[in-house]
Amino acid sequence: MELSNPSLPNNIAITTKLDEAIGWARESSLWPMIFGTACCAIEFMSVAASKYDISRFGAEVVRFSPRQADLLIVSGTVTYKQGPILKQIYDQMSEPKWVISMGACACSGGFYDNYTTMQGIDQIIPVDLYVGGCPPRPEALLDALLTLQKDLRTNKYNPNRHENFKGLLDNV
Amino acid sequence: MFEKMIVLSDEIHAFIKSKYDEGFNYLLDITAIDYSDYITQQEKDFALVYILRHESFKNYIVIKTYLHELEIETISDIFKGANWLEREVYDQYGISFKNHPNLRRVLNHKEFVGHPLRKSYPITKGQILHETDDLIDEMNHRLLSKGLVCKTDNGLFSECSKDLMFLNLGPSHPASHGTIRTYVALDGETVEAAVSEIGYLHRGFEKSCENHTYNQIIPYTDRLNYCSAISNNIAFVKTVEEMLGVTLSERAQAIRVMLLELSRIEDHVVCLAAVLVDMGGLTNYWYMYNPREDIYDLLSKLTGARLTNSYMRVGGMANDLYEGFEEDLKAVIKKIQHGVEQTLALIKHNRIFHDRTQNVGVISAEDALNYAITGPNLRATGVAFDMRKDTPYYGYENYEFDVVVGSVGDVYDRVMVRFAEIDESIKIIKQVMENLPEGDVNVKDASVTLPDKEAVYGTIEGAMNQFKLIYEGVKVPVGEHYSALEATNGELGFFIVSDGSGTPYKVKVKAPSFTAMSAYPEIIEGSQLADAILTLGSLNIIAGEMDR
Ligand code: SF4
Repeated sequence: MELSNPSLPNNIAITTKLDEAIGWARESSLWPMIFGTACCAIEFMSVAASKYDISRFGAEVVRFSPRQADLLIVSGTVTYKQGPILKQIYDQMSEPKWVISMGACACSGGFYDNYTTMQGIDQIIPVDLYVGGCPPRPEALLDALLTLQKDLRTNKYNPNRHENFKGLLDNV
Repeated sequence: MFEKMIVLSDEIHAFIKSKYDEGFNYLLDITAIDYSDYITQQEKDFALVYILRHESFKNYIVIKTYLHELEIETISDIFKGANWLEREVYDQYGISFKNHPNLRRVLNHKEFVGHPLRKSYPITKGQILHETDDLIDEMNHRLLSKGLVCKTDNGLFSECSKDLMFLNLGPSHPASHGTIRTYVALDGETVEAAVSEIGYLHRGFEKSCENHTYNQIIPYTDRLNYCSAISNNIAFVKTVEEMLGVTLSERAQAIRVMLLELSRIEDHVVCLAAVLVDMGGLTNYWYMYNPREDIYDLLSKLTGARLTNSYMRVGGMANDLYEGFEEDLKAVIKKIQHGVEQTLALIKHNRIFHDRTQNVGVISAEDALNYAITGPNLRATGVAFDMRKDTPYYGYENYEFDVVVGSVGDVYDRVMVRFAEIDESIKIIKQVMENLPEGDVNVKDASVTLPDKEAVYGTIEGAMNQFKLIYEGVKVPVGEHYSALEATNGELGFFIVSDGSGTPYKVKVKAPSFTAMSAYPEIIEGSQLADAILTLGSLNIIAGEMDR
């Protein structure tokens, strides 16, 4: 079978910027780690199942070990009791890493405005994309994923963007 | 049928023991009431409430005692299930239990100061946790009681027999279903001792009820057992309706039965899919999960939401079935049956499945009752308690279906009971749809349900009526009431205290997952680590419901 593209002359080289090549490579090799705590995690199950099928977008290798993942998807309510755990997971991921906050609870505490619930995970870890909804529909999460991929392709993310982030659990 | 009684606080232990001997051997719930803000002054500011069910399962009693001091004798020597329930009361209200084996917080974190369900605690006052509990102290006591460590003279613990390895299962681990943490002491692959820590998804449901109107609480109930949201809606509004004394139309009752059964299927499907994944059988997951998507489609057409439906209202439901619902439902049921058939074809005669599930994670009928385990987990042990048969509501007595029971109480039984219950639920749904009565779905009572839109926009009475009901809520007569129904995980009950306003004074959920989880450490001790994972999956612990 002919593997090369017959319409191109032999022995060509494509020149591009290194950043662009890396962005292109990252775009379709995201390894998500799912931090699912509540109802939103059940919707994540749908995203992974046949109908919505996250693997179509090249991000199906869901890891449950933070050390093997570069995209953290926080889906569900994060209570104060969960806080140190989420922070630990985030810290264990190696750079470069991205965070999607899925659902009203993760974004803002949702309608749990009470003594138990952290009013948004960005109080303790930096977030790159917020997905609204209680729970968001699977399409909404896929949309966030596509947005992230586009941003990676265009190198939107400054690698130092979280340098000055200080959360409630930093420096304790 | 139930009876209420008031007992002196120093006599509570003896009284409950005597009731236990009379056959009230199933502890449903223990909770406290803080009367300090109540409309009328009560004998004392704090009261404790014990709810016990009779072994015939037909009736229950509500025992109340006013507390002279914030301390009372534990009943955890009579009921194993009381252990965690009392810890919860201690955690939320600061009431101590004398002679309790392990009185510490259970839902709130270890750095938490104060007792949030006291009226004096502000609803929105959050407290940050800086470091997770290492559970070593609790584990040492557990090891001590099992003779695996010795206490040295200076009060420290030292290993005295086996060489143990300690491991955290969860809370962030796929097999721990998100938020459940179990700390185990392993000898090789065998779990020698285990302690569980819960509360990672404690979202303050009960406190939030105290500043929302009854109908505003319905969306919160969705998120208790989010795998079968509608059955939580129904359990809650049923309790409120009983307090109001309204009777639903026959059509509304029938629709509720149909939706309760559909939720049961929805829930069992996820539980089974997940437990089979835990076992390594990923194909089953697709077979079981696809029909769940079909149920979602049906429910979003009916209610507007896939998962968190909020479909019920006090006195009825948001809207009637849409035209063509019946055909859609029929198609969905076909798909469910197909998914179940395909899955069973893979596992029914599968040696690996049998070896991995039979005689694994066994709980005896006696222990299950003593822990107040309910629903499919209880029926798997051979106890045929099903509220749909024992204390029927919404006309369940008119439908023909069987109560499915197991014999051993192992993972296999729990899985198979759920499979068989899906069939029974389908039977019920078919009978409901064949004889679906005509009529309204909401009661016609201006003090309970909203008026028609025509009246709201066309008449001043209608507009006023709508305004008052939305702003003030449905006014529920002063009183205290417990009511329950057979939800997917078993008896799901609500205990509500009303001060006559449109907002409950107190709400307590009797959550089936809570009691099942309290039994979990004991069930897995002595078993293999991999079996502990299966056991957890087969108990179907839903964190939202357990931690509330
Ligand atoms: S956003 Fe809504 S659906 Fe998601 S976890 Fe929070 S309450 Fe549940």
